[in-house]
Amino acid sequence: MMDLSSISPILLIASIMVSATPILLAAIGEMVVEKSGVLNLGVEGMMITGAVVGFALAVNTGSAVTGFAAAACASAALALVFGVLTQVTLSNQVATGLGLTLAGLGLSALIGKPYEGMKSPTLPKLDIPVLGDLPVLGRMLFAHDAMVYLSLLLVLAVWAFLKFTRAGLILRAVGESHHSAHALGYKVVVVRLCAIVFGGACAGLGGAYLSLVRVPQWTEGMTAGAGWIALAIVVFASWRAGRVLIGAYLFGGVTVLQLNLQAAGAGVPVALLSASPYVVTIIVLVVISARGVHGAPASLGRPFHASR
Amino acid sequence: MLRRTLLTTAALSMAFAPAAFAQDDPVKAGFIYVGPVGDGGWTYEHDQARQAVEGHFGDKVETIYQESVPEGADAERAITQMALSGADIIFTTSFGYMEPTIAVAEKFPDVKFEHATGYKTADNVSTYSARFYEGRAIQGHIAGKMTETNKVGYIASFPIPEVIRGINSAYIHAKKANPDVEFNVVWAYTWFDPAKEADAARALIENGNDVILQHTDSTAPQAAAQEAGNVITFGQASDMEEYAPKPRVSSIIDNWAPYYIDRVQAVIDGTWESQQVWHGIDEGMVEIGQITDAVPEDVKAEALDLKDRIASGDYHPFTGPINRQDGSVWLAEGETADDETLLGMDFYVEGLTGEIPN
Amino acid sequence: MIRLEKRPQPSQAWTLATPVLAVGATMIAGGILFAVLGADPLVAIRTIFWDPLFNPQFAGFTRPQLLVKAAPLILIAIGLSIGFRAGVWNIGAEGQYIMGAVCGAAAGLALYPSESVLVFPLMILAGALGGWAWAMIPAVLKVRFGTNEILVSLMLVYVAENVLASVSSGLLRNPEGRGFPGSRNFRNWEAAHNAELIPGTGMHWGVVAAFIAVILAYVLMARHIQGFNIRLTGEAPRAARFAGVSPARIVLVCLGTAGLLAGLAGLFEVTGPAGQISIDFNSGYGFTAIIVAFLGRLHPVGILLAGLLMALTYIGGELAQLMLGLPGASIQLFQGMLLFFLLAMDVFTNYRLRLGRAEVA
Repeated sequence: MMDLSSISPILLIASIMVSATPILLAAIGEMVVEKSGVLNLGVEGMMITGAVVGFALAVNTGSAVTGFAAAACASAALALVFGVLTQVTLSNQVATGLGLTLAGLGLSALIGKPYEGMKSPTLPKLDIPVLGDLPVLGRMLFAHDAMVYLSLLLVLAVWAFLKFTRAGLILRAVGESHHSAHALGYKVVVVRLCAIVFGGACAGLGGAYLSLVRVPQWTEGMTAGAGWIALAIVVFASWRAGRVLIGAYLFGGVTVLQLNLQAAGAGVPVALLSASPYVVTIIVLVVISARGVHGAPASLGRPFHASR
Repeated sequence: MLRRTLLTTAALSMAFAPAAFAQDDPVKAGFIYVGPVGDGGWTYEHDQARQAVEGHFGDKVETIYQESVPEGADAERAITQMALSGADIIFTTSFGYMEPTIAVAEKFPDVKFEHATGYKTADNVSTYSARFYEGRAIQGHIAGKMTETNKVGYIASFPIPEVIRGINSAYIHAKKANPDVEFNVVWAYTWFDPAKEADAARALIENGNDVILQHTDSTAPQAAAQEAGNVITFGQASDMEEYAPKPRVSSIIDNWAPYYIDRVQAVIDGTWESQQVWHGIDEGMVEIGQITDAVPEDVKAEALDLKDRIASGDYHPFTGPINRQDGSVWLAEGETADDETLLGMDFYVEGLTGEIPN
Repeated sequence: MIRLEKRPQPSQAWTLATPVLAVGATMIAGGILFAVLGADPLVAIRTIFWDPLFNPQFAGFTRPQLLVKAAPLILIAIGLSIGFRAGVWNIGAEGQYIMGAVCGAAAGLALYPSESVLVFPLMILAGALGGWAWAMIPAVLKVRFGTNEILVSLMLVYVAENVLASVSSGLLRNPEGRGFPGSRNFRNWEAAHNAELIPGTGMHWGVVAAFIAVILAYVLMARHIQGFNIRLTGEAPRAARFAGVSPARIVLVCLGTAGLLAGLAGLFEVTGPAGQISIDFNSGYGFTAIIVAFLGRLHPVGILLAGLLMALTYIGGELAQLMLGLPGASIQLFQGMLLFFLLAMDVFTNYRLRLGRAEVA
């Protein structure tokens, strides 16, 4: 017996938006990094660092906004370590990224010890006049906290930046062919460092959203793999900002949906549903590559040294 | 080279036993944790109990621990190293350590081992576990009385007997308190993932459940309930008092301290023997956290009365007549469940909907 | 202005010196970390690097354990390194490791409780096939459609984790396990137990396989024409194509080998040190092996040493937690630092540091 009438689509969509925000933030940042030709597998480490620093600062200053700012800075700093190692000393990106995750998990646990079991200030839900009072849509789309909208704006901004600005063009050029970009006089390393730092800041915001809004509390290891999902979303999106949004809402949505189905009394194959976004991602990858359009930036993961 | 290693090993294994029992040394108690000590739930409570052991014995006992030990190949090495470091008694605090604990215990006959929640014992291996289902009965009663939508949400972790027992016990007593109650169980397939637990709680709340019971360890569901407003919850593993008086109206606390102190004392006295204990409210292993004023006086009184009757042994939470989900008779009128069935419980009782996944 | 100049050939001296320098730098930075946490830095460093090897109380046990801990890392890393040399980026070894263990265990459990001597060889075969088949998915997709293997292999890790969770609480669950998730214990079943070959040495079939893999990989890369083709494909793909090397073949061989070895590692682990399939059976060996492969500079002997070094920091870190009460997180951070220093110093092997003005390109 299945009674799905108790699932309210309005609340479901509102939940998915909140649930997807951390992975959306991290994924849009990682997408910019990968667009510049760098693969940073350390998203998980940067997210959890953001989560703990954001929480700590929010508790100490009483302001969630300060927390978010600090989280972005801290994760950007961690990302810069990755940037210097991979871009200046030319270490392997895959290994360095994995190391970043290791270090981030350890560092966050040490920083977080005093903050376990505390409560932090959180972001208020915005009370948007007129829009918030709309029937159906008001509750579904216009009753969230500021970060939800910021994450959407960020997607829009990244899309516009890559598509319309000169700096965006340079970034993409660096990612497609670093040698050509270098030959044209662009500073490949500087461009990539900027992208890496931006990616770190976004991951930090995503982590802080977990610890300050979505959960909200600090516990060791609380990102529980969200950073890896963000990586999957970038691939799923075939490096397009709009699809990152779809991907994040889909990945977040599958979890929320299966929990809702269970809550409504439907028997669902949990393992199958949990694996489905990844299988879908692989299929998407195959489809894009079979069409001959390689979504991935051509220089992704390759080290660059000017003298070659 | 190979031979030398072999010889050293042989010489060492002979040397351990006397070293561990040097008279003037403080007794050393070791603890293997499955999570970080700061998880706020399962491991946190075990570590609180470890600190209680230190506080109780002072200089007479030294404690050591290792946190976040994976339940695979690494567990046996961690336990062995703890035994080698001179521990006299080792508490392995997760079900997944059962096989490694038994394996290491064979090699260290003079070290005492205490394995939580398992079922395999040996001459130097005891098992201990708590009758959490006793606490669940009280939660169920309060849940049944307090729900206005007649829908109670239950965040379950894995479909194992302990979790199923908890669901059954809570349901039976909620149903007694309120015949119209229905349970909605969500399997999260995790013991600890704050984000997912928060999502599960929200899903339940949005589907009209106004009481949330949880068998996962983080406080995320409490925060979700607080945000939603008119929802009540219960602390799990630890008191979660920071969410009192509402949404958290009571809690089940795992209090391992009395047992740990008792067992370490037995090692000091030389009276330690292998045993299998399953302690409940009576022995203090299961504690009921303070019932807050958000619960009406009469309900609170009933809940406390239920607690007293369980503690005194007057009442067993699984007392017939109880049918299985398929309608077949499990317990006849007045019959109480035997421990063997409870330990392997893999079925829902009558009235619960949905299936137990596997 | 400091500038890097690529060496015509990697420096021999630096190849040997950088690991030593990196470990030294880690000891200093780690010492500061431990001092901040209130431990004696010298004691902490000694506990991590010295005690697992020479402390009379532990070494008899921990020395063989180094082999046990390092074996799967080395076995997987060897397979990965061959692919990395050819520019085939398989980062999904974790998934192949899981599927090797699951398939091997399933093959064995289907025969339970047979005591035939054929059970274990059959499990090895199934484990190797399981890992191989899982790696063939990205390989075939790459060859057929040009799909990026980094991403497909990574996605398949998550799929494998879900498969593991599902079978350990369903298909492979121990029917006598009182409903708990997890398979039968292979150690209680003689025919399927990957036991120590010589008691007290830690040597089990997985360790033997790791050593054989190191030797074979060395011979392959240094002496065999396939090894040459693999390296040529990685260093000069176009030249390789002119020389008649089929890139598709290289992809299939490299991913296949990596999957096969990762699957074997999973099988040996599940039948030996781990003992059973459980939800948390995988503890990140597939990812750590990537680190090991790079620390070993993709060279078989280097990987052997890197695997042992990694194992040393794990076991030493455990001892430091045990004896000094250091939090587990500090050990994680310490390992991260070690890795960063090793990777950062690697630059001196391949590049010369030059002071002076940058030339205009």
